[in-house]
Amino acid sequence: MAMRLDADTGDLLRELAPQVLGVLARRSGDFAAAEDAVQEALLAAAQHWPEEGRPDNPRGWLLQVASRRLINQVRSEQARRRRENTAALLEPEPAEVEGGDDTLLLLFLCCHPDLTSASAIALTLRAVGGLTTAEIASAFLVPETTVAQRISRAKSRIQSSGAIFSMPTRQEWEPRLQSVLRVLYLIFNEGYARSGGQGVYRAELSAEAIRLARMLHALLPADSEIAGLLALMLLTDARRPARTGPDGELVPLSTQRRDLWNRAQISEGVRLITAALAADAIGEYQAQAAIAALHDDAPDASETDWPQILHWYGELEQLTGNPVVTLNRAVALAMVDGPVAGLTLLDSVEERLPDHYRLDAVRAHLHEMAGDKPLALQHFRAAAARTTSAAEQQYLLTQAARLGREVG
Amino acid sequence: MTTFLLLKHYSGDGAPMPEWTPEEITAHIRFQHELVRELAEAGELVRADGLAGPEGAKVVRFGGPDAPPVVTDGPFPEAKEFLAGYYMIDVETAERAYEIAATVSSAPGPDGAPIYERIEVREIMGAPDTDS
Repeated sequence: MAMRLDADTGDLLRELAPQVLGVLARRSGDFAAAEDAVQEALLAAAQHWPEEGRPDNPRGWLLQVASRRLINQVRSEQARRRRENTAALLEPEPAEVEGGDDTLLLLFLCCHPDLTSASAIALTLRAVGGLTTAEIASAFLVPETTVAQRISRAKSRIQSSGAIFSMPTRQEWEPRLQSVLRVLYLIFNEGYARSGGQGVYRAELSAEAIRLARMLHALLPADSEIAGLLALMLLTDARRPARTGPDGELVPLSTQRRDLWNRAQISEGVRLITAALAADAIGEYQAQAAIAALHDDAPDASETDWPQILHWYGELEQLTGNPVVTLNRAVALAMVDGPVAGLTLLDSVEERLPDHYRLDAVRAHLHEMAGDKPLALQHFRAAAARTTSAAEQQYLLTQAARLGREVG
Repeated sequence: MTTFLLLKHYSGDGAPMPEWTPEEITAHIRFQHELVRELAEAGELVRADGLAGPEGAKVVRFGGPDAPPVVTDGPFPEAKEFLAGYYMIDVETAERAYEIAATVSSAPGPDGAPIYERIEVREIMGAPDTDS
């Protein structure tokens, strides 16, 4: 739809989508049907507005069209049930909602922890992001029917789990919010990590994740993990222009052209994470954002504040217990105390990361730092054979080739 | 239109890629990117992917009713006699991929008995981890 609409109208539609859906879901008490109806209204807008012009009240237009679709749907459902001679359809009771923002309710519902990541991502992008099924399919390189199926499975899962269109209770709040943050982070990563690859809408996924995180931050400005996540996205995305070379090859942080980094995004990210860290409750997104900010702050790779980065990887390790974080801490430790210290730390995590290519990749780097080129070469080759990313493989093979020439 | 599957093999003339120079690797990869772009522009491309290395490849067979899939590191037969078709799936875990492979392997043959077909499971190369 975005292709036929001017950018402003596309943005407006996507901004209005969750608002209209919120009203309709509350009014009808049927989230699944309301979501279908809003999707149809968005497609209708994309079809009619370019020819007939944008209506004076776009929100009212969408709401009216979506309501009509929903009513038709309910009617045909009733007719079907009458034909089947079953009990008359009860008028749906509107769900109880005391204030609260519909967009927030939608995020909580679409990122419900009972859903698989793939389902939650697809549903969030459509119901909250206002993307079409076709756009989501194009971004994830899967058939449109697969996305449609993920969305409908997500909805029935929501229905059967008894999740309702209302704010989580105080008790549920933390895990439910974590689930929302995770889904937004996955959407961001999908767009960021694969930028330059196939898929027309791929790069836009990062922008969409930033938009949703921004929206969430505006709704809950006091939550420092939300601010941390938004900061992390901005600080990471700022490096996108320098992250790949002309042939799509990965450029490591240490050799990226820093003049290509997006200064405005870095300033905003640094401001956000500084404010978040001043509040209490450190979380993993804040720790990651702090690390990203330290990298982005260095005018040159050699001026990177590695002791601070080492400190934050320590925090992150404690918060997550994730052995992959230990790999990163080993790199920071090597930069502070030398490669031998880093390699010793790697030995301690080996058992928890069997066959993980990044263990070989980090070992390769540290052995090269320590001056042991033959060993570095061996580990670069092992990492290249095991990675499941084409861009990463190219990078690792090139490093191995460079060393191979030097070793002879 | 007729759809074809073109299978790339590791075997080619000359030394294996890990022994090439950095420039040779870059030129090879540029060639692949350009070919994908040309085919897409010609309206002839459906999809192109690299496969993760054979180190992670598995062979899966139906384990029998109510039994888990039998997952092994081989044997990997010659492609020409072996390849009959493919499923491309997008799932949450490798275990789910093995489960589906076992179902494919359970397809019935003579007398309706499962033929325990060997299914080679290879991961399609995806995105790199986010840098840090």
